[in-house]
Amino acid sequence: MIDFDNVGLRYGMGPEVLRDVTFDIPERSFQFLTGPSGAGKTSLLRLMFMSLQPTRGFVRVFGKDITTIPQQELPKLRRRIGIVFQDFRLLDHLTTFENVALPLRVRGREESAYRTDVKELLKWVGLGDRMNVLPPILSGGEKQRAAIARALIDQPEILLADEPTGNVDAPLAQRLLRLFMELNKLGTAVIIATHDLSLMDQVDARRMILSGGRLEIYE
Amino acid sequence: MNETPAKAPRPKKGNRRKIVLRPMAPIVPAGNIAGRSLMFVISIMSFLACLTLGAVIMVQDTANSWQSQISREITIQIRPEEGLDLAAELDKARDIALGFPGTTGATIMDDDATARLLEPWLGEGLDINELPVPRLVIITIDEASPPDFASMRSALDQAVANVYLDDHRTWVDRLVAMANTTVIIGLCVLALVFTATILTVVFATRGALSGNQHIVEVLHFVGAEASFVASHFQRHFFLIALKGAVAGGLAAAFTFAVASFWASNSLATPESDQASALFGGFSMGAGGYVGALAIVVITAVLTAMTTRVTVIHTIMEIDLIRSDPARSI
Ligand SMILES: Nc1ncnc2c1ncn2[C@@H]1O[C@H](COP(=O)(O)OP(=O)(O)OP(=O)(O)O)[C@@H](O)[C@H]1O
Ligand SMILES: [Mg+2]
Repeated sequence: MIDFDNVGLRYGMGPEVLRDVTFDIPERSFQFLTGPSGAGKTSLLRLMFMSLQPTRGFVRVFGKDITTIPQQELPKLRRRIGIVFQDFRLLDHLTTFENVALPLRVRGREESAYRTDVKELLKWVGLGDRMNVLPPILSGGEKQRAAIARALIDQPEILLADEPTGNVDAPLAQRLLRLFMELNKLGTAVIIATHDLSLMDQVDARRMILSGGRLEIYE
Repeated sequence: MNETPAKAPRPKKGNRRKIVLRPMAPIVPAGNIAGRSLMFVISIMSFLACLTLGAVIMVQDTANSWQSQISREITIQIRPEEGLDLAAELDKARDIALGFPGTTGATIMDDDATARLLEPWLGEGLDINELPVPRLVIITIDEASPPDFASMRSALDQAVANVYLDDHRTWVDRLVAMANTTVIIGLCVLALVFTATILTVVFATRGALSGNQHIVEVLHFVGAEASFVASHFQRHFFLIALKGAVAGGLAAAFTFAVASFWASNSLATPESDQASALFGGFSMGAGGYVGALAIVVITAVLTAMTTRVTVIHTIMEIDLIRSDPARSI
């Protein structure tokens, strides 16, 4: 689904953040992306989300070279990818329910058609009684769960999650991990960027480790 | 709002607590500070544009009325001379003028009228016959089919002594030229005010939008197409601009109404006579109101268009410029 071929990345005149990175994300796969802070995990996820272009090499998403995709096709492709941003990016003027429903709303769906789905998902992530609350009032962990729910709501083909358990306690992290695995069983390829070793130890999954700009993969 | 779960045992298992959702909030938040100041700016600019338009229309109307009033009359002057029977010459001149088709009436200014005309300069109680003052015959003409001035002039020259026909042509020509210049200047001012309005609206709209960039980005990243995002912002800003422009237009119309009310209510005073001589009584007419309506509509549409272009540009920047790592610091 996603193909990296000798990808190099440097911001401006800075040092190379990524060097000769080559890998692919198969359909229905499950993997962790890890590495020290500043190693380039978020940058790698941005490349996969087509919001960043490589300095060298090729990135192919759904079989298309991301440097040649016409701008007006990007929204259609991004609808097939769910993303959890490290900084959540919830809209402060919308309630939790409205934030989570936003991807469906921009696809032109009717509220009556998805209301129950959104409520179910919010209950699953433990936000059943926070639906009418605006994000500034939510705790860090609650915001994180809302961001995750927003990424999952349309059952994407690929899920990119940047530190999705960074703000929650261990039991909740475990619960969220189970949610990701559930989603993976339904056919979504999942990539979770995390520092959390204990989280990775819970699943026997592929690990992609970034350090010094290089990527090593442990199957 | 966020009621805590009731401690009382639930009546039935599986009977979930109903959560009442608020009606979906608009994707673009209404009533932020930038929107209010944008509305204010737009109302001021459309007020100024409407006032300028009204002033231009007023000058044009006045110029037109000057032109038609003056060309409604012509005068025949006869200079007195030793041994000339002035009264007979005046009668002759009047009869010749009335003989031409296109004249509707002729009055000889009698001694009293002439004296009154000269009173401000020469004082009261003078005997007009002792002074070498030219005497006048005032001819009213049919504007639709005026008489042939050239042949009237030559007929008078042949029959009447010391005669001069003044058809006010030079005066009217000069006045028309002046009025036209005034209208052109007014149109230039209108064009400037319009340009200023357009630029202000464009910049104010961009300013109001810059605070909403993160919304544009999030919408785009969750899969919204540029046109979808643009249409939501557009609707919002169109309403803001429409409200602002209508307020400005109404304020301008109100200003004109007050001015014309004042002018008609103080018609007897010399000040208002001068004002109405200059401005033609502050009547704007239907053209002015149609123009004000057009300004309101143009302003609102322009704001919506600016919003659309700005939003689409922002999205392009997200996809093309910010995705280019070479352009990062
Ligand atoms: N837009 C940018 N412009 C310039 N440099 C950037 C930009 N984004 C990231 N970097 C730099 O690239 C490097 C990798 O950043 P990135 O955010 O990908 O790391 P990360 O692995 O996600 O770190 P963390 O675990 O702390 O989130 C860092 O040194 C960072 O300073
Ligand atoms: Mg990061």
